[in-house]
Amino acid sequence: MAHRILAITTWPGLIVAGLVTFFSLGTLLSVGLRADGFSALDPFDWAAVRFTVVQAFWSAALSIAFAIPVARALARRKFWGRKALITLLGAPFILPVIVAILGLTAVFGRGGIFSQVLIWAGLEPISIYGFHGVLLAHVFFNLPLATRLLLQGWAAIPAEQFRLGETLNFSSHDSFYHIEWPMLRGLISGIFAIIFLICTTSFAVALTFGGGPKATTVELAIYQAFKFDFDIGKAALLASIQFVICGVAAVLSLWLHLPQAIMAGHDRVVQRFNISRVDIRMLDFLWITLATLFLLLPLSAIVIQGSQSFFLLPETVWLAAGRSLVTALGSAVLAIVFSLALALAALKFRWLEGVGMLSVAASPLVMGTGLFICVFPFIDPANVALLITALVNAVMSLPFVLRAIGPAVRATEARFGPLSDSLGLVGWARLRLVVLPRIRAPLGFSAGLAAALSMGDLGVVTLFARPDGATLPLQIYRLMGAYRMDQAAAAALLLLLLSLGLFYIFDRGGRANA
Amino acid sequence: MLNLTDVYLRQDDFELRANLTIGDGRCVAVMGPSGAGKSTLLSILGGFQTLTSGRLTWHDADISDVPPSQRNVAMVFQDNNLFPHMTAFQNVGLGIAARLKLRKAEVDRVNTALDAVGLAGLGARRPSELSGGQQSRVALARLLVQRKPLILMDEPFSALGPAMRLEMADLARDIAERTSATLLMVSHDFKDVERIADDVIWVEAGVCLPPQPLSEFLASPPSGFTDYLG
Repeated sequence: MAHRILAITTWPGLIVAGLVTFFSLGTLLSVGLRADGFSALDPFDWAAVRFTVVQAFWSAALSIAFAIPVARALARRKFWGRKALITLLGAPFILPVIVAILGLTAVFGRGGIFSQVLIWAGLEPISIYGFHGVLLAHVFFNLPLATRLLLQGWAAIPAEQFRLGETLNFSSHDSFYHIEWPMLRGLISGIFAIIFLICTTSFAVALTFGGGPKATTVELAIYQAFKFDFDIGKAALLASIQFVICGVAAVLSLWLHLPQAIMAGHDRVVQRFNISRVDIRMLDFLWITLATLFLLLPLSAIVIQGSQSFFLLPETVWLAAGRSLVTALGSAVLAIVFSLALALAALKFRWLEGVGMLSVAASPLVMGTGLFICVFPFIDPANVALLITALVNAVMSLPFVLRAIGPAVRATEARFGPLSDSLGLVGWARLRLVVLPRIRAPLGFSAGLAAALSMGDLGVVTLFARPDGATLPLQIYRLMGAYRMDQAAAAALLLLLLSLGLFYIFDRGGRANA
Repeated sequence: MLNLTDVYLRQDDFELRANLTIGDGRCVAVMGPSGAGKSTLLSILGGFQTLTSGRLTWHDADISDVPPSQRNVAMVFQDNNLFPHMTAFQNVGLGIAARLKLRKAEVDRVNTALDAVGLAGLGARRPSELSGGQQSRVALARLLVQRKPLILMDEPFSALGPAMRLEMADLARDIAERTSATLLMVSHDFKDVERIADDVIWVEAGVCLPPQPLSEFLASPPSGFTDYLG
């Protein structure tokens, strides 16, 4: 197959690979070089390292523990709204962290519904700050992810196995141990690793719910070392530790088996037999109800609280929304260009897709710090805050985007490559007439994902932005800090609508008339 | 004139040898048992596979290392001949300009080609809105506008019913004659071959025999042929 390769040039992909490598590894290096000697880590920093690992461990363990009964109930029950609930389970992936935090505060915070119920029952209300709050937020985000991944596992069990179980007179208990548990055993470690990885990079959750010596993640410690102490040496050292933690978790999650397609649909209800007993039915519906409430109550709280003062939002919020929108759209364009260039070049050099996945192990705050150091001698970093935010967001979304676009590009080339070659379709014409139209759906999905992730990002921008240059998530954080909770809720509602709206428009655009 | 001089291809434990000449304007059927190397022969001619050794010449020019898009070859594959997201018109238009920027005269040529294969007025349809036979006609219409001197077809109509297949074989031969092209068609159906072929290339066990006129081939068929017919 000697002539089939140079249909589209590979240099854009190689340039992007260089860029991603610089963002993931080069920024770390530049932080390290700029450090004037490594100041030793104090006990506070070690506490941060310990907290990062411990909270990530428990976040992953609890998310999976709750996801198993929820996924099991969803897999074997048919009910009105099932499809909507499964769609809802996909929402936290693109939900801005700050919105979820406000919603969780409204439900579980001091004045929230949950605390009211506890007080009414004569119990102490729980505290949403510190370890508990961080776990709560992480389970909120990752329980749905774990549930969707496990649902795929249930859908993959052949129906014949349950039929066989029926002929062998299996009880519900027997089915679990002989049929369902073997499937779970294969999946759980992979799901655990991916959730662990996600939680180790937690910044916005720790920034709002955490803090203090007992609940600071490494990411938050980097931010504090940089922003408050301007101790670049310590920031660099913490950044290296963060890179190792993420790297180990990333290698584990790549190595362990994981079902593909995080956002894929799963509508099949597996035909089951021994589940009609009333107590089993009650239990299933209890889990489904609890999971639904857990997801819906915080979101509803934002909608209800936010809509009251939605039209009274100050101009600063609308300006911040405008900046966020520009950043999100820019980030989506960059993510698409980067991933497309990488995926096309990866047809020839397969390892290039691996380069695109590098940012899985990188920390956005390390990237931000490194870029700050790189641009600082030339321009005021605050002038390019949005550009850097868009770039970092694009690079951070590459691992997800590439998973959608890479296989689609390969499939298109496998199916239409020979025909395109024989017609002399090369270069730009090949891209415009063959590749792009064939991968429209994953392209739209990816653009929506990248835009929504960037829209809701509260990370690197905190390092750079001027007081009058905030993005919408940062503006909400500032409103929260000033205890203007009504405005914060209204702004959160706006952010929620913008994020979901961006995702919906792009995803829909990719699928229309396809 | 297409010359294969000591052509040899090795791929893992598969081998193919050919030493033969195909005359201009001939309509040649490529036959042989499954896995013998018929499709590989076409891939070599189309430029999708490079030779391990040997030489491929077209009118005395060595084309052994010329990439597919630079060869004067048009191909019809077994499937995936049409881009499903393009209209019939666009799929044919690709045969003139890969960028699909067509001048007025070229638009007329595409429409004439669609008329010639019996698809007048259906240019705006996408492949999914056409029947299997109509989809084959679109691929054949593209051959008309491509005007390549060598047409390679790899079981192009195997998805169609017998009557439709004969009709398409006739149309393919007609198109080859109109564009004065040499036509090589891999086929499994002896009826198609009898209907349109001037010559037969028999491929068996990794060896391509030189083309023989159909009547001679039938008068003294190779030993594998009787087994093949069953």
